[in-house]
Amino acid sequence: MSDDVLFFKEFSIMGKDFSNAGSVSTEIKSILKEIGFDRLIVRRAAIASYEAEMNVVMYAKRAVARLSATPTSIKIEFQDEGQGIADVDLALEEGYSTATPEMREMGFGAGMGLPNIRHNADEFDISSEVDKGTHLIFTIHADGNNG
Amino acid sequence: MDRYYHPIEIRPELCNGRMKCMRICPTRAIRVKQGKAQIIDELCVDCGACITVCPSGAIVPLTDPFASSLNFKYKVALPSPVLFSQFRPEADPRKVVQGLKKIGFDYVCDVSDACEEVSIAVEEYLSSYRGRLPLISQLCPAVVRLIQVKYPDLTELVAPIEVPREIAARDVKQKLSRELGVGLEDIGVIYITTCASKMVSIKQPAEKESSWIDGAVSIADVFGPLFAAVSDIKDEDVDVDGSEGFRFSAGWSMLGEMTRLVGSEHSISVSGLSDVTQILDDIENSRLRDVEFVEAMSCLGGCIGGALVVENMYVARSSTNSLLRKYGSKFTADRDKVVEKFRKGHYSLERELAPRPLRPLDPDLAKAIEKKKQKDTIYTSLPRIDCGCCGAPTCLAFAEDIVRGTAKLEDCIYREEKQNG
Repeated sequence: MSDDVLFFKEFSIMGKDFSNAGSVSTEIKSILKEIGFDRLIVRRAAIASYEAEMNVVMYAKRAVARLSATPTSIKIEFQDEGQGIADVDLALEEGYSTATPEMREMGFGAGMGLPNIRHNADEFDISSEVDKGTHLIFTIHADGNNG
Repeated sequence: MDRYYHPIEIRPELCNGRMKCMRICPTRAIRVKQGKAQIIDELCVDCGACITVCPSGAIVPLTDPFASSLNFKYKVALPSPVLFSQFRPEADPRKVVQGLKKIGFDYVCDVSDACEEVSIAVEEYLSSYRGRLPLISQLCPAVVRLIQVKYPDLTELVAPIEVPREIAARDVKQKLSRELGVGLEDIGVIYITTCASKMVSIKQPAEKESSWIDGAVSIADVFGPLFAAVSDIKDEDVDVDGSEGFRFSAGWSMLGEMTRLVGSEHSISVSGLSDVTQILDDIENSRLRDVEFVEAMSCLGGCIGGALVVENMYVARSSTNSLLRKYGSKFTADRDKVVEKFRKGHYSLERELAPRPLRPLDPDLAKAIEKKKQKDTIYTSLPRIDCGCCGAPTCLAFAEDIVRGTAKLEDCIYREEKQNG
């Protein structure tokens, strides 16, 4: 098993583009399934990517998502341009949300997005700057075996 | 890998290689090699979409011929509720029951009771279920196979409740065996089916050793003789009391009927495999976690849109609605009794539904990653117009075939042109 075997792909996401929302995480999931990662690992990656993608669609102007997969790890990055998060620690608390009533009506904004990503990831890192954007990186460990 | 039973066969001598099946197949399970269509075993989910589009009649459903279904001492017809919608709504449905007896069946069993019971069982199951949501209906064998094959992680969400046709078959066999004093093996239950996929759940059930149903004939095959028999019955000869088998209260022939009966507030009904796929993707992304129940059917509109029916789906739906108005949708099951039977496991599956994931690109993850990269590179080099001339339905499927070693890059006519020009 060698870790230098890397699958890399980049995706772009537009803010407020609800008609395509979820397509990037669906593609990430298909790639991981196709490679043959364990299905529980794929499930965690899919859920975390979907939450991250929806955060971009709702709050940011645009973003780049990057998938880097090796036999032992799946690293997913979302780097967006947008309003950023003023208090990252608060945003990581379950139930905290800055969603508008309209977003909540649409079924979003339960304040579970970031906590859910962190919960599904083995490594989680977030940095944000107000009015600039947010950079989120999370990694899920794989055992190198085919699922 | 064990051979999977498929209820669909391509007759090479009839196949003209016109690729209509290959293009319509929702799981991209068909390739055309040397002018003949072939099915890739592990990819086929038995939806039957290819049967209807074949211009040469080369794709045949392997349902039982009508005559062979009568090789039992005591023959029970178990018609899909869709059968009644194939006649004009003015036709008395009791005549259909009588007609089935005239063409050789000894008994006709209505699946309505079992549908009611199953809806109560699913409701009971949902009320105490605290796991991952939503649960997915277990009715359509093609959807169940699709989940096993392409969404293995969702297999655990398929409601672990037996389907109405199996419950009806088991209960009627036990009842008749008791009443008539004959052995279970002498009673043959023949399902009159709208699709080929139910054959799979009879011949190679996913969740138990063997089916209670002994065979399946298609509505299309039985309709000719049945129509003649029904036309011969005069109005005054309609057996008003004797028709053991017609209530039509809860026949799940149309999409949405199951969710209506299960009575869950947060439910989705979806039909047509491409739409079903979208919903399954959403479930995988955990986007639908506040939905409790998803009724998913492979054929557009539900079983009424099956490939082996004779009437147009829209006409059949109108007839079904007339029948429902006339004969009511009164619920007659004794709820407490059903709940008691549910607790005793009367409706449980014999064994857990297992995932049947596709063969990965390579058993070794590192090699699989390499092959995935190769596949993507090959794909980008292709014209990406999905012309199908190579014998694969899409350029993407072709790229995968190359990486898996079942196709050669030279099969792409556009690359040839590039090289020659």
